[in-house]
Amino acid sequence: MMKLRLLSTLALASVAALHVQGQQPPATPPASQQPSEVVIKITGLGGPPKIAITPFIALSQDAETVAAAKTIGDVLFDDIDYEREFYLIRKDAIATVPRPSSVDNLDLAPWKELNADGVLVGSVRKDGNAIVVQVKLIQVSSGRTAFGNGYRGPVANPRRYAHTISDELHKQQIGLDGVARTRLTFSSDRDRERMKTTVANRDVQEIYIADYDGANSRRVTTTTTLNITPVWSPDNSIIAYTSFRSGATGGQYSVFRDIVLSYINVGDRKTPANGGPERQNELPVFSPDGSKLLFTSYRDGNPEIYMMNVDGSGVRRMTNSPTVDTTATWSPSGNQIAWVSDRSGNPHIYVMNVDGTGQRLLINEIADRPTWASGQFNEIAYAARTGPGYDIKLYSFTRGGEVTKLTDGIGTNESPAFSPNGRHIAFTSTRNGKTQIFTIDRDGNNLRQITKEGNNKFPNWSQSPR
Amino acid sequence: MTNKRYAAAALTLLVFTGACHKNKPPVARPTPPPVATSNPTPATPPPTPPEPVRDTTVVPKEPPITEDPIASADLDAINKNSPFQPVFFALDSYEVDGTSQQALTTNAALLKKYPTWVITIEGHCDERGTAEYNLALGEKRALSAKTYLVSLGIPADRLRTVSYGKEFPFDPGHDENAWAKNRRAHFVVTSK
Repeated sequence: MMKLRLLSTLALASVAALHVQGQQPPATPPASQQPSEVVIKITGLGGPPKIAITPFIALSQDAETVAAAKTIGDVLFDDIDYEREFYLIRKDAIATVPRPSSVDNLDLAPWKELNADGVLVGSVRKDGNAIVVQVKLIQVSSGRTAFGNGYRGPVANPRRYAHTISDELHKQQIGLDGVARTRLTFSSDRDRERMKTTVANRDVQEIYIADYDGANSRRVTTTTTLNITPVWSPDNSIIAYTSFRSGATGGQYSVFRDIVLSYINVGDRKTPANGGPERQNELPVFSPDGSKLLFTSYRDGNPEIYMMNVDGSGVRRMTNSPTVDTTATWSPSGNQIAWVSDRSGNPHIYVMNVDGTGQRLLINEIADRPTWASGQFNEIAYAARTGPGYDIKLYSFTRGGEVTKLTDGIGTNESPAFSPNGRHIAFTSTRNGKTQIFTIDRDGNNLRQITKEGNNKFPNWSQSPR
Repeated sequence: MTNKRYAAAALTLLVFTGACHKNKPPVARPTPPPVATSNPTPATPPPTPPEPVRDTTVVPKEPPITEDPIASADLDAINKNSPFQPVFFALDSYEVDGTSQQALTTNAALLKKYPTWVITIEGHCDERGTAEYNLALGEKRALSAKTYLVSLGIPADRLRTVSYGKEFPFDPGHDENAWAKNRRAHFVVTSK
C-alpha cells in the first residue's frame, strides 16, 4: 500500500518531467519521498564507494520494453560514471553474476565477493502505453535500500529515466546537483545546408539543443543563415543567439547581426535589441536571475558592452573605449561582469561592477570568452592563446588568481561554458579534425567528445535541469 | 426563356471568339527595342525603308555604343569576379596599412565611377583568433576600410559593414599563406 502510493506520487512528478515539449517541469523532485527518514549512504573504505550497476530487468518481453531496459541501464552507467563520485565495477565483472528476477530478489553473496559497497538494480515493465521503471541502490553490507524510486511515463526516450535516476541518486547520496538532465545548445552545420550569397554558397549554421551527452539532439532554428553563440535563459525557456539577418531596409539590401530570443517551448521569437545595418548586436548572455542581457553592440560605431532588460527596455552602455569590448559574462551573483577588451593592445580579460564602475584588468593573457562558474567554485574559464592555437584555462579567485591549464595544446580549444554545478566545462576543439564540442572536468580529467556530425561550435550549458 | 437567351448569346460569343482565333493572321509579335549588341536579330522585319533622299546631308557617324561588362552584369556575376580589391590585414590587427590604402584608393575610384552602387564590406579573420573575439575584430576591419573610403569622399550611406569573424574562410588551409588571405575586408556590391 505504502509502496503503491509512493509510486503514484512519483509517477505524477515523473510524467510531468518526461513530457518533452511541455511546460517547465518542477525543479528536481525531492529525492527523499521515501517513508524512511534516515538516508543510508553508501560509503567506500578509503576511496569512492564501489557500486555495481546491473543491467535493468525487462519484466515484459516485448521488444520496446527490452530495448528501454537496455538503454536505461547503459545510460545510467554513463551518467554516474560522468560525475566520478562512485567507483563503478566493470561491466564484464557484473556479467559473471546471475541476474535477479526482480529488484526485490537480490542475492548479495556474489556482490560481497566482488567487494561492492552497493548494488544498483532496476526493472522496466510495460503498463498500457506507459512503462514503469523501478530502481534500488542496495547497501551490500546490510542489504538495506539506500536509494529507491519508481517512475511511470512514456516509453519514448528512455534515456530520460536514466538521467533522472542519476541526478536523484547523486542528490540523495552525496548532495550533488548532477548534470544528467541538463542540456547543451550549440551551432552546427551538420545538416549541410548552404545559403546562397553573392560571394559564394556558404555553409549555414543553425542552433541545436541536445542532452549533456550529445544524444537526443534537435534543431531549434531553420532560417538558413548563420545562427551562432546560443545561450540558455536560466529557466531553459529561451535560447538567445546571434543571427545574421538579411533584408531590404530603406530600399537597400543588407546583412546584419542581431540578437534573437527564441522562446523554444512556444515557438515565439523576439529581437529586443532592435538591430539593423547601423545597429548590429551579438553575443547575448542572460543575467543569473534571467531578467537582463549583456551583449555587444556596434550602435555607437564601435564594439561596446551594453546591458538591457530582456524585453529590450533599459538599455545601458557599460564600456567606452575606441577599441574592442566584447564577450561579456556575469558573475554567478550577478554583481560583476567579466569581458574581453583589447584596450591595452591585445585582447585580455577585464572585470567591472555591474554598474560599470571599477573596470580593471584581470587576466593579462591573449584570451577570450570568459565564463564564470556558478556553484561552489569561484572560477573563470577562458580560452588563452598558448601557441598556434588556444587552450582552456581556469582562473581561481579563491586561490588568489591561480591559473590552471585544462587542455593540452592539441588543436585549438575555445568557447568554454560551465555546467551548472561548476564541475564540467564544455568547449570546442579541433583536436580530431573538424570543430567539435567536448567536455572536460575542472581538474583537467574526464575529456569526452560530445558531437561528431559536421562542425559544432559555441556550446552553452543549461543552468538548470529540465 | 431568359436562360435560353443567355445561352444563345453565350454560344454566339463562343463561336465568334472561336472564329476570331481561327482567322487570326500570323502577325509578328511586337518587336523588342533594339539592343546594343553587334549582332541584331535578323528575324525582326526591318522597318520600311524611307524614300531615298536625293540631296545628301552629312550625318555624322554616331559613336558606337559598347557594352560595359560591369554595368550589364548582374550582382552575382560582379561579385564572383569582383572588380574591388580586397584589403588585407596583419595578424590581430585592424589597421589599414600602406598597401591597404592603395587598394582602397582603387576601390574608391570604382565607387565614384558607379555612383549608384551600394556595397557591403565584409570583415573576415583567420583561424588563429577565437571565434567570439573575431566577430568584433572582423567588424573593426570592415569599419577601418569604411572610414578610409569615407575619407576619400565616398558617402557613408553607400557603405555597409558586416563581420563574419572566422566563419567563412576564403582559403581553408592552415598555414600563413591561407591565413593571410583570410584576414581581409571583402567588398560585395549589394545594389547598383
